[in-house]
Amino acid sequence: MLKLTDIGKRFGGLTALEGISFNVVKGSITGIIGPNGAGKTTLFNIATGIYPPSQGAVILDGKDISSLPSEKRARLGLVRTFQNIELFGKMTVLENVMVGLHTQSGSGIFSCAFRMPWQMSEERRIRAKAKEWLAFVGIPELEDVEAGTLSFGKGRLLEIARAMALEPKLLLMDEPAAGLNSTETAELAELIKKIRDLGVTVALVEHDMDLVMDICDALVVLNLGTMLAEGTPREIQDNQAVITAYLGEE
Amino acid sequence: MKSDKLKFLIFFLLVVVAPLPLAGGYLVNVLIFVGINGMLALGLNLLLGYAGQISLGQAAFFGLGAYGSGVLTTQFAMNPWLAMLVVAVCVAAFAFAVGFPVLRLKGHYLAMATLGVGIIVHIAFNETIDLTGGPSGLSGIPYLSIGSLVFDTDLKNYYLVWGFTLVAMLLSLNLVNSRVGRGLRAIHDSEVAARVMGVNARLMKVQVFTLSAFISAIAGSLYCHVMTFISPSSFGFHVSVELLTMVVIGGLGSVYGSILGALLLTMLPEMLRAFQDYDIIFYGLLLVSMTIYMPGGLVRGIPLLFRYLIPSRGSQNA
Repeated sequence: MLKLTDIGKRFGGLTALEGISFNVVKGSITGIIGPNGAGKTTLFNIATGIYPPSQGAVILDGKDISSLPSEKRARLGLVRTFQNIELFGKMTVLENVMVGLHTQSGSGIFSCAFRMPWQMSEERRIRAKAKEWLAFVGIPELEDVEAGTLSFGKGRLLEIARAMALEPKLLLMDEPAAGLNSTETAELAELIKKIRDLGVTVALVEHDMDLVMDICDALVVLNLGTMLAEGTPREIQDNQAVITAYLGEE
Repeated sequence: MKSDKLKFLIFFLLVVVAPLPLAGGYLVNVLIFVGINGMLALGLNLLLGYAGQISLGQAAFFGLGAYGSGVLTTQFAMNPWLAMLVVAVCVAAFAFAVGFPVLRLKGHYLAMATLGVGIIVHIAFNETIDLTGGPSGLSGIPYLSIGSLVFDTDLKNYYLVWGFTLVAMLLSLNLVNSRVGRGLRAIHDSEVAARVMGVNARLMKVQVFTLSAFISAIAGSLYCHVMTFISPSSFGFHVSVELLTMVVIGGLGSVYGSILGALLLTMLPEMLRAFQDYDIIFYGLLLVSMTIYMPGGLVRGIPLLFRYLIPSRGSQNA
């Protein structure tokens, strides 16, 4: 599904990532873990085109997308959520999800300004679809609330609804459980499984090990910008190098 | 949706009846310029208030519209309505071409670049004397007319200009409450997130910049036919700044706010005339206190003020 080959990223003299290569298998939930500063978020930023890699290639479904801008990658089905929640704070919850349906609609300036009939029916379709996605993540009652006023947990759900509205093939989630309490995290785990069951491949960066071990089919471990290990959750738990990186040497 | 339509209808009626008690006096003339400035502020607000992109070069598009129509009708005897359309399309094309490189810039750099565009165009008005008459201006521009109806009085011009302004408002209201409007506001709130959601931020910014230039050019054409005389001083840097002030004072991201800002800033110098040379002090004081106490602009500040003054209603609404 998503293949990263020999990804490297340097910021000036700082090497943030080096020699990262792995596959995200179609239909799986892949976890990317590692201590703080391992380069996990940087990797997501490269995968979604927020900044270009210094070297290596990002390949989606056999197509090299390394040089495509974010919006083109989104159209190809590569969508993400953000660690610190990047909602459109001054818009309502429903409008946020409606922006997620941007790629599945096409009305331009003229048809919008003149309220062409096809634009009106498209608008109704977008609105109905957006409501469905709010119901999917379980916050249909919040549709008229200004997104900037949501709690962190609800904001995260909205972000997931907005991302799902694009009907992605691959959803990258950057620390989806950060800032959530244990009940919310349990609900999140169920939601992520539900997303996978819709046929969406999921890759997530996460620190919450219980969550990762519970839902992930495969794990990639990064440390200090390099690949430390790759395998099933069970293999990673027994991996000596991983234990050393997390807990330090004896 | 229903209340939006009602709001526009009320505003429409207000515009229709406004000049009646004024009996064609001087204030009608001022209200014509409120309409023209309203269109200009609206164009800028689409760019600044919705998409979050600044432009300090709006006077250039306004001036190009005015000079385009002025030159084509006086020196080439073109039909004024056709000239208006041709000029608006050309100015939009110019903005589109300029927009692609310029709108890659952000914040102060974007402000500087658009400022540069404004100044270059202003210099061109002054220097191309054969065409524009240079600093001494261009005169003898014909009035607009439809058949035998010639727009040669303040009252006629009032309805002409406000007809255009109302259409621009209606189309803008449609636009901001649509897919395109949501895309623009999304870019404003978080460009990175908007792009990750598949919004082509670069193209949309250029499109709205082009649209704002188109509206400004139409306003410019109307201005030249209403005035029948234009000179470069009407399209200088200070005009761009004034438009910016109108948008901020009226209310960023509000169609009605643009008009309200244009109303206040066009009327204010007239009202302050009594203070003679000291008017600039009052002007400055007003602007500073408005930005401190009504940061959301008049359109959001006035309802808050009412709620404050009439607490019983306020507590219900809060």
